[in-house]
Amino acid sequence: MSIDYSQKIPNNVHLNDNKTLQRALEHWQPEFINWWQDMGPDGSQNFDVYLRTAVSVDPSGWAHFDHVKMPDYRWGIFLNPAEEGRKVNFGAHKGEAAWQEVPGEYRSNLRRLIVTQGDTEPASVEQQRHLGLTCPSLYDMRNLFQVNVEEGRHLWAMVYLLHAYFGRDGREEAEALLERRSGDADNPRILGAFNERTPDWLSFFMFTYFTDRDGKYQLCSLAESGFDPLARTCKFMLTEEAHHMFVGESGVGRVIQRTCDVMNQLKTDDVAKIRAQGVIDLPTIQRYLNFHFSVTMDLFGADVSSNAATFYTTGLKGRYEETKQTDDHLLNDASYGVLEVNDGKLVTIQAPYLNAINEKLRDDYVVDAKAGIERWNKIIQKAGIPFTLSAPHKAFNRKIGPLSAAKISPTGQVVSEGEWTHQHLHWLPSAEDRAFVASLMGRVAEPGKFANWIAPPARGINNQPVDFAYVRFN
Amino acid sequence: MNSPEAVKPVITYDTSPAQYKHWSLACDGAIATLTLNINEDGGIKPGYKLKLNSYDLGVDMELHDALQRVRFEHPEVKTVIVTSGKDRIFCSGANIFMLGLSTHAWKVNFCKFTNETRNGIEDSSRYSGLKFLAACNGTTAGGGYELALACDEIILVDDRSSAVSLPEVPLLGVLPGTGGLTRVIDKRRVRRDHADIFCTLTEGIRSQRAKEWRLIDDYAKPQAFAEKVKARATELAAQSDRPADAKGIALTPLKRGIDEAGYHYETVDVTIDRAARRATLTVKAPAAAVQSKIDDIVAAGAAWWPLQMARELDDAILMLRTNDLDIGTWVLKTTGDATLALGADAVLDANRGHWFVRETIGMLRRTLARLDVTSRTLIALVERGSCFAGTLAELLFAADRGYMLALPDAPAEEGKVTLSAMNFGDYPMVNAQYRLAARFYGEEGPLGAVRAAIGQPQGADAALALGLVTATPDDLDWEDEIRIVLEERASLSPDALTGMEANLRFGPGETMETRVFGRLSAWQNWIFIRPNAVGEGGALKVFGSGNKAKFDWNRV
Repeated sequence: MSIDYSQKIPNNVHLNDNKTLQRALEHWQPEFINWWQDMGPDGSQNFDVYLRTAVSVDPSGWAHFDHVKMPDYRWGIFLNPAEEGRKVNFGAHKGEAAWQEVPGEYRSNLRRLIVTQGDTEPASVEQQRHLGLTCPSLYDMRNLFQVNVEEGRHLWAMVYLLHAYFGRDGREEAEALLERRSGDADNPRILGAFNERTPDWLSFFMFTYFTDRDGKYQLCSLAESGFDPLARTCKFMLTEEAHHMFVGESGVGRVIQRTCDVMNQLKTDDVAKIRAQGVIDLPTIQRYLNFHFSVTMDLFGADVSSNAATFYTTGLKGRYEETKQTDDHLLNDASYGVLEVNDGKLVTIQAPYLNAINEKLRDDYVVDAKAGIERWNKIIQKAGIPFTLSAPHKAFNRKIGPLSAAKISPTGQVVSEGEWTHQHLHWLPSAEDRAFVASLMGRVAEPGKFANWIAPPARGINNQPVDFAYVRFN
Repeated sequence: MNSPEAVKPVITYDTSPAQYKHWSLACDGAIATLTLNINEDGGIKPGYKLKLNSYDLGVDMELHDALQRVRFEHPEVKTVIVTSGKDRIFCSGANIFMLGLSTHAWKVNFCKFTNETRNGIEDSSRYSGLKFLAACNGTTAGGGYELALACDEIILVDDRSSAVSLPEVPLLGVLPGTGGLTRVIDKRRVRRDHADIFCTLTEGIRSQRAKEWRLIDDYAKPQAFAEKVKARATELAAQSDRPADAKGIALTPLKRGIDEAGYHYETVDVTIDRAARRATLTVKAPAAAVQSKIDDIVAAGAAWWPLQMARELDDAILMLRTNDLDIGTWVLKTTGDATLALGADAVLDANRGHWFVRETIGMLRRTLARLDVTSRTLIALVERGSCFAGTLAELLFAADRGYMLALPDAPAEEGKVTLSAMNFGDYPMVNAQYRLAARFYGEEGPLGAVRAAIGQPQGADAALALGLVTATPDDLDWEDEIRIVLEERASLSPDALTGMEANLRFGPGETMETRVFGRLSAWQNWIFIRPNAVGEGGALKVFGSGNKAKFDWNRV
């Protein structure tokens, strides 16, 4: 029996002609569906969801909208079109033709990079799987599911690379991606942040704003890779990642908008009175922001890292916008500032640039993340409320690297253990904050209706009205 | 202030559980847990951080001390669990930045001590019924896996990421040189093609396949790990014949004096002639009869002469090896009353079934074996007042040459060599042969003759006839003869001497240990000085900098 793979699995990798890939996918695809049934959005398998599906990489094809049941979603395999004559643009191989096959000597490092990236994709679906039960609107529910199916597609993208380029080991790693479980003590996801629960929608919005933005920066630096199929895959993934960050930024913005509206109605900044109206006070939003920002800081890895140096020099993972950097792209004698606690103060010391590649990416991220916080502040300013949200210092609440040994306030002051104990509930969400936010969560599933704690969006998806039936229950 | 400390810092091996920076020892009945939680900033030398539970000499000194505590202070312990206090990492091996900063001599000395400590783990399992279980609760890489290999069994956590690995070849361009290559095949009998893959795989091998390939004994999910480790530790304890209810002795700190002349202990003295690049080690027989009743022996504890002497000699060897690299010749002497030394041997022999005496014999065995693998010329001198009797005569047999003063006019004044039963099997070298057997290649003729001489003091002529000494200059020749031997020796290439001595000391018959010290260490030490490892672009030099190693592709 012949299967038309281009229908079943939209792709631009000549799947119809590639027997190796077909064999691998025929085995993996049913296991992926089983995983989706077990670990995908809870209780949602029969919903018709207004989803965007990528059916090709050209501008008309990557955003095809229709109501589909999620298990029937056509997860496809897309790489950005090849760039003629592309070179390795940094490191020891700079100037050589980009690799179309995995160089044997970098096989294990490349596989590790791909597996680590790939593992985050199903992890976030698992973390978010209960959120559909407490969605604040059909619009938001649809956005959640869109994020989920696209994380699923990103998993496919990484699995494609494993299947196509890494032989038996790659097939085993692809299976392991479906076997690990977020938060499972015996079989956890690889990175710590992806084993935390996403317990409520404010966390979800913060996660998609801050943590998915880490994903963007990781993908951007992998998109510079000398291994061309990885670079092209990541470039295409970035077009989808943008939507996830939009969900986060607009979600948090709508929460802020609603809170500001209530504050102006009541003419108060009294937290108790604001909470009594069933909306989330701005200080709590700041604490959530602090938490998600700091957890995401850790995802960039150790401040001084020999692995990062190796990945760079060997041409596997570049910097953000590598080709736009004006230096020699070798960085052998260059240095870069990293933070260290010295004499009770945070000081910047110069580390070899190659070892500080993680820190450079972290700094690029911080600039980007802060821009969105400023857009949230515009909402508050426009409402005439004297309150400003701010990003905590990048050394705040770190759990990885040398800074994890110190206690550092959101403004970057080194504080004593005692002061941390005394203050940290002002800086990070308390159990009480989380319980309050959780108490607001309840499903709103009527077209055009929104939960009390969040403002409606300015416009709908794909030019549909806000009260469109984005999800149909069957 | 002109003591050696003022001139250069002296490294000692002194530590105790209260001072540990990296290990902790917890004893609970028959099971002790040794937990590795390395303090990044606690390196023995400046310039590197001990990240990811990576170790340097200081970490191994603590391990050595902890093993000694279990042997002597905790006779009730039957199984030692070796595990990590860090999350998701067991041990990542020797610190690479430390190796990059170290001199060749430091690396070699460090590796040798590490090898000896790991051999000591197996020695205690073999002779003292102390079982070791590596509970690898995270990444187990390089020297970390080599530590696990020294244990009787290995259990690895199956958390989908933790693996055992020997990444030295692909990552660093050197060998897993503290027993790794050897133990994988000799001890664990991993098939050689599997071993070949394993030793070139940076990321290592996990759970199921690691077990199939015999790299580990078992694996367990994180939630079931502690229970499995405990259950297996308890089963291993059942194989041990260590006593359940005995009380240990305290390993009191060594009383060691350090001055310009050398290192001074109660039963051992080291004087150093720096100009001649020569040290003289003198071991003193007991001053009075050693305690012979078990209660008195245990009460004497660390002050019981056989143990005190072994500890002091062991420390002297380590001090000289670590701090006095250019002192290339060690002259071995003994003094005291042979009757008392032989009396001590008789007590050791008669009470060998008791845990404390057994441990003391073990300490003597390991100390003498340490001497065998020391890269220094060893010359024993039997003179007036010498006491090469029984156990102390092993020093003569460990030496590269032994000279004995002949006094034809006053034979009664000659120092004597006297054998005891302890010279016939209690102190095997790393090749598993006792020194006399190795000396005579196991030939029954000469061995029978020396066995027949047990208990009878041998003068110079007789000792020469029995083959126990190299030469017997008389009192007219002695001084000049010995001076020339020592001066001539000191003029030869130290590298060639190291290689020559190691080859001659260990004759026919290989064991895992001889292959570790001989084949593996020799290759490793060669690779350690090759440009492909330590040249400008060598793999060990550039590791961590992000730079790619530049190799000379010619095979040598």
